[in-house]
Amino acid sequence: MTATALSLAGAVRSGERSAREVVQASLDAIAARDGEIHAFNTVTAERALAAADRVDARIAAGEDPGPLAGVPVALKDNLCTRGVATTCSSKILDGWDPPYDATVVSRLAGAGAIVVGKTNLDEFAMGSSTENSAFGPTRNPHDLTRVPGGSSGGSAAAVAAGFVPLSLGSDTGGSIRQPAALCGVVGVKPTYGRVSRYGLVAFASSLDQIGPFAATVADAAACYDAIAGWDRLDSTSITDPLERTSAALGRGVTGLRVGVVAEMTDERMGIAPDVLARTRAAADALASAGATVEEVSVPAAIYGLSAYYLIAPAEASSNLARFDGVRFGLRVDAPTTAEMQRATRTAGFGPEVKRRIMLGTYALSAGYYDAYYGKALKVRRLILRDFEAAYERFDVLLSPTSPTTAFELGTKTNDPLTMYLNDVCTIPSNLVGHPALSVPYGTGSDGLPVGVQVMGPALSESLLFQVAAALEGSLA
Amino acid sequence: MPARISRDDVSHVARLALLELTDDELERYTEQLGAILEHATDVEALDLADVAPLSHPLPVQNVFRDDEPGDALDREEVLGQAPAAESGRFRVPAILGEEP
Repeated sequence: MTATALSLAGAVRSGERSAREVVQASLDAIAARDGEIHAFNTVTAERALAAADRVDARIAAGEDPGPLAGVPVALKDNLCTRGVATTCSSKILDGWDPPYDATVVSRLAGAGAIVVGKTNLDEFAMGSSTENSAFGPTRNPHDLTRVPGGSSGGSAAAVAAGFVPLSLGSDTGGSIRQPAALCGVVGVKPTYGRVSRYGLVAFASSLDQIGPFAATVADAAACYDAIAGWDRLDSTSITDPLERTSAALGRGVTGLRVGVVAEMTDERMGIAPDVLARTRAAADALASAGATVEEVSVPAAIYGLSAYYLIAPAEASSNLARFDGVRFGLRVDAPTTAEMQRATRTAGFGPEVKRRIMLGTYALSAGYYDAYYGKALKVRRLILRDFEAAYERFDVLLSPTSPTTAFELGTKTNDPLTMYLNDVCTIPSNLVGHPALSVPYGTGSDGLPVGVQVMGPALSESLLFQVAAALEGSLA
Repeated sequence: MPARISRDDVSHVARLALLELTDDELERYTEQLGAILEHATDVEALDLADVAPLSHPLPVQNVFRDDEPGDALDREEVLGQAPAAESGRFRVPAILGEEP
């Protein structure tokens, strides 16, 4: 599917193409190539075609089904869909069909979009390569020997492969932006609280945020506009007025102050030379387009990794306590409830999830709380201070999204710490709750996609899309 | 920073988290958690003495709503997703008389 979401919606709304035809084309593309990519855990063909027929019926009746009318979308499989399996790519949710839809799912449907399936992820969104899935890895559509990144690797691959023009992922430490970079698509982590988390299976509640993947900046903005906004079902949902980001895309970057983060463009931090070269090219392009570009130091940002790998597991160890074989999913029978819970969790969780649950439990346990979790929260405050200082001088910040292009399957699975280093540039935005996006900016020395990250202060989504549109335009 | 995490620590934490580990897993996790926690000691370079912890990116407050009856999840649909249910409740194996 090479057409953009906006052009498809335009064709469907004008009656030029039927939603059924558009959805069928998406399903055909999936059937033809997902066998080798494995972006999807579940394809909901019948439901999708039925939903497409409802959109077509509304158009025939002279109604407007919404700005994303007939657009096929894919959902990360940790977003609840009523009556459709939601697995988190974990054995522990085996057989669970949620009794409700996530708010983002309702909002996409309200905008006329049509869900074609649920995409693969690292189990419970814990990982950077989608290799931690109980159902096998997803492969990068640009090179099947490489990972798509993670944890939202299935959603990124589904857009990169042309299966769908739009998909949703969740980003706790880079899980939208890093796979977007590795798959050569746009990926957006909104401001914490901008998009309702209701119906997102929680990993780390103070860090998780849902956001879109798209092939173009305009499509990503349109999808963000459809899902963002206050929701009474999420108590951390922000009530500030919402700006339509789609309106900001053509504003250009003249006069904008862009800071290139020194600590994230340093080869000593493990950033590959070809990725650095593309980041500098992006900075040059913004300068040529009229922005003021300077280097800026955000000294505490590099400590984000250490803080994150204590805070996120701590929150996860608490959130994942609910998977105990009582209310949903897997139960391994045993004579007593305690034995049943232990047997269920031992059989149901994969190795990375167990590792993080234990790390978090340890960081929160008596005698270690102050040394680990408490200290990590202080580092988090320092990082926020440093970003706030940077935003006194700059409108947006620029960095690579991922230290390298897509790596080969199996090369980092035996060493968790090496895998975690993938997130060094993306984690700080989650810790401070600020928005950030990844936009494709050419290829590395291996011919694989490179993404650059644009970061901004809270609620600066319009500005980020505006800068991303300028970068996208500079490549055209 | 505390001493490097030991095999006994990992065994204790697994028990708290309701996970059973084989000897091999215990070995591997002790090694891996040790490496991750050691990496985290890089924050020792920071002066955190007068820094207040930040547990959440937003100034979170309790959010209240009026206590009015509204739509709720369908009881049968929810219980239908449980591994076992009986008489409108979740059913679990014996609880009384077991070791905690």
